[in-house]
Amino acid sequence: MKEFGYQRAFDVPGAVALLGADPDARYLGGGTNLVDLMKTGVERPAGLIDVRELPLNDIEVTESGGIRIGATVTNSDLAAHPEVRRRYPALAQAVLAGASGQLRNMATVGGNLLQRTRCGYFADVAKPCNKRSPGSGCPAIEGEHHNHAILGASAHCVATHPSDMGVALSAFDAVVSYETADGPGELPIADFYLPVGDTPHLETALPPGALITGVTLPPTPVAAVSRYRKVRERASYAFAIGSLAAALDVRNGLVHDVRLAFGAVASRPWRAREAEAALCGGPATAEAFAAAADAELAAAEPLPDNAYKVTLIRNLVVSVLTELTESTEPSASTDPTDPTDPSEGATR
Amino acid sequence: MTTATGTPAVTGAVGTAHTRVEGLAKVTGAARYAGEIPFAEMAHGWLVLSTIARGRISAIEEDAVLAMPGVLKVLHHGNAPRVDTDYTGLLGRPDPTIAVFQNDRVPYLGWPVALVVAETSEQAREAAEALVVRYEEEPHDVVFAAGRPGTYTPDGSAAQKGDVEAELAASEFVVDAEYTTPEEHHTMLEPHAAMARWEDGRLEVVDSNQSTMWVAGELANLFSLDPSSVRVRSEHVGGGFGSKGVRVHQVCAVMATTAIHRPVRVVLTRRQMFSLTGYRSPTAQRVRLGADPDGRLRAFAHESQNLTSTVHEFVEPSATVGRVMYDADAHHTVNRVVRLDVPTPTFMRAPGEAPGSFAMECALDELAEQAGIDPIALRVRNEPDVGPLSGLPFSSRNVLSCFEEGARRFGWADRDPRPGVRRDGRWLLGTGMAAAAFPSNALPSTASVTAEADGTFTVRINAADIGTGARTAITQIAADALRVSPGRVRTRIADSDFGPAGIAGGSMGTRSWGWAVTVAADELRERLALGGTVPPEGITVRSDTTEAVGALAKKERHSFGAQFAEVAVDVATGEVRVRRMLGIFAAGRIINPLTARSQLVGGMIWGLSMALHEEAVRDAASGGHVSPDLAGYHFAANADVPVIEADWVDDEDPDDPVGIKGVGEIGIVGAAAAIANAVWHATGVRHRHLPIRPDRVIVAGTGTGSATDAVTSDVAG
Repeated sequence: MKEFGYQRAFDVPGAVALLGADPDARYLGGGTNLVDLMKTGVERPAGLIDVRELPLNDIEVTESGGIRIGATVTNSDLAAHPEVRRRYPALAQAVLAGASGQLRNMATVGGNLLQRTRCGYFADVAKPCNKRSPGSGCPAIEGEHHNHAILGASAHCVATHPSDMGVALSAFDAVVSYETADGPGELPIADFYLPVGDTPHLETALPPGALITGVTLPPTPVAAVSRYRKVRERASYAFAIGSLAAALDVRNGLVHDVRLAFGAVASRPWRAREAEAALCGGPATAEAFAAAADAELAAAEPLPDNAYKVTLIRNLVVSVLTELTESTEPSASTDPTDPTDPSEGATR
Repeated sequence: MTTATGTPAVTGAVGTAHTRVEGLAKVTGAARYAGEIPFAEMAHGWLVLSTIARGRISAIEEDAVLAMPGVLKVLHHGNAPRVDTDYTGLLGRPDPTIAVFQNDRVPYLGWPVALVVAETSEQAREAAEALVVRYEEEPHDVVFAAGRPGTYTPDGSAAQKGDVEAELAASEFVVDAEYTTPEEHHTMLEPHAAMARWEDGRLEVVDSNQSTMWVAGELANLFSLDPSSVRVRSEHVGGGFGSKGVRVHQVCAVMATTAIHRPVRVVLTRRQMFSLTGYRSPTAQRVRLGADPDGRLRAFAHESQNLTSTVHEFVEPSATVGRVMYDADAHHTVNRVVRLDVPTPTFMRAPGEAPGSFAMECALDELAEQAGIDPIALRVRNEPDVGPLSGLPFSSRNVLSCFEEGARRFGWADRDPRPGVRRDGRWLLGTGMAAAAFPSNALPSTASVTAEADGTFTVRINAADIGTGARTAITQIAADALRVSPGRVRTRIADSDFGPAGIAGGSMGTRSWGWAVTVAADELRERLALGGTVPPEGITVRSDTTEAVGALAKKERHSFGAQFAEVAVDVATGEVRVRRMLGIFAAGRIINPLTARSQLVGGMIWGLSMALHEEAVRDAASGGHVSPDLAGYHFAANADVPVIEADWVDDEDPDDPVGIKGVGEIGIVGAAAAIANAVWHATGVRHRHLPIRPDRVIVAGTGTGSATDAVTSDVAG
């Protein structure tokens, strides 16, 4: 293993200054992705600047009724927070759908947003990969791609973003705050991840050396009735092959407000604005849900082995929106904060 | 000092649940594994693997690496000791790919091209990752498919009676279906690791393996050493499953210690294991069944194909299991092979039976559906009296008892045979079953049992406890034979200096070792019964079962079982969840119900994994794996594993002194078929390709329309 330096920062300006002094260094949050990539040689930082002790571990309700989450809040603490569970249940569910208890205890909000794709070619330094080694090619397009992108990809890269948390944050219009040597800044999550184009190695719009300090969710009443459903190749401890964060407000049988974001279909969490637009003001029926999904998925460009994702996402939209519609009925007994999967029983 | 005559008789250890005798040491960390035992002056070797799938090495730029901190040596084909592969070992001719660094040829991607030896493991790794190796690459071919060019039939791999085509033509019901299983890996928790050193003129290897005798014999042959000058030990093993025989890590450690005259340890990484430690070949299988209107089989034909490397033949005998299970007027089974630019596959838990039972037991289910016969009734109707091909009697064949007990406990009698009609919310529900068989054999072994002067006993046998609980089972068997409590018996295993004994493989370990221990302990007990005092050096009795094992009458000797599964399938999302499994086995006398149940349940979980998760993906362009690690190679997580029950019926083997048959492998046999059959019962769709991944379920839907139609009608309804 390549030797590397390690320094711990105790305040935000100090962390930014340490990185400024050593541009080949990286911020270290929980290390649940970065350290793995260092072991395989994908990441070879000269130094690590540990930001876990920074005073960024609070979750607070904002004056307007939104919520602000510090960058070093662990995934476990985020998912357990009562206000998160009450105001944005899909966010808590999304976090709990990821990784394992041990990993969630380590992983931070900032690190979760910046985790790298799990594409097998990206993870193997002996193979070409435009994201890891620009210009070397993308073997996934002709090779193993059954869990790769169907939306927003390019001929240069078809990798997906692995975060579950990010899908829920995208549905609820999160704003990412950061700090640089020149001062603070903000990026709406819609602008946070860059389009793939011919630069798949450039993943975010963060300025060089920027440190994520937190994520703010605006007040989103519709989010109170929301759900995250993740489909993966085993019941836990696997990345999604398709996921959906959805929030729905139905009044008199009509869609008053709706939020939809897809996971595991693109290089970033995919906010389904076409589908939302198609639904708003219309009937809350399975046919309308399917038509809205189709409107969004019309842009899909699947590869030979991942065309099933178009069907999967469509089915998820119909299934989850139908559940949410039923859960808003007075007679419905389903608690949206705790969707029990009857197949998983006590082992969930 | 105790007098032997004063010993009270204690029996009943066998058949009683007993926690592992080394359990405390394992959970406290006191038990050391091969990769963590300290040795003075030890250096560390790190492998460098080829990044091409076929060609030759044109240059190894070692100078830069030799200048790196701590680096002691770079071993490669230009400077490594020569080894001899022209011999016949315990399991036949060696796979030449264990003979590393002998020439410049690269037979597959991930083949060792160099070993960097350094003072620390970290220095060795950094230098190994920095070593520049240049190649002349040649076109490779790694794509496995049914009937592809180059497929051949190895000698002796076919068995036939009658005219299959004629019987198929005369049959009322015919099933003709193709099944595939993917490349699967052992991925045991403990990676392969070995330390080698020369000590007083002997080669000493501390390893993690399934038989120190096997590994010592192979190393003696490879390095042209007198067998008595090689000692291999392997005290604790974190899983083997067929993968821990002679492997490149031992060969490299011996080469390195020979070169630098210091102890050298080589530990494999998880990723390296994927190309260096064997795997189960993918299979492409075709099963044809023909039956009379009452379900009696007229024709049984099972053809299987697997891959092997270009340099060594390994046959995954998937078509062989039917030679035991079902009779038919015409019976044809054959295993075929194709050579590709890949590593050589090897034995993996129930080699042949695991993938073969998937195809065969699914085909039986398809026949039951066609004929309108209950799947258990169909199997009962085709139950043979003697070996279908051999004509030999069965030592015991209690599969019908397994069906009966399993059906009763699973609630099979209430089953509605119609597929696709049970629903629980978004989940379609179904149940399925399959039969299981695995050979029950014994290997010659030697053992010694010593009555110590302090009243305790010491058993020495070159057994291997690869996590099975063998050490505990041997202790229980010895205690019963000596008629003392297990607490007075100390069992020492896994040292080649103890003499020859069977390997921990083929479900033969406990039977082979228990036999030898029983013979020695019986004789010791009789000797002690004569009275007198035990001298300070103790009284030792040795046994050798070579003659007795060789004298076993020729019979069909197998364990049997019945597997049941209930699944829930959401065809809209492709998710398959197993809700419960039940396995009832006829697997001889059970020595330790606690660890035997763990073995059987472990096998069934593996069958669940095989059905739904496990699949190593090989990339045609590079010739290597994609995501060869435990993030990419999925097996069942805890949340996938429901309530699993394993139990057994009485089935003592009358020809074994202890009554043992073996429980190591039977648990996986048939498990994947039971799940696949349950998925059909849930959805109405036959899934003939493993694993039954969500994408496959989504694309297949319910067979009555597309998956999207299904979900829409569900919602509308």
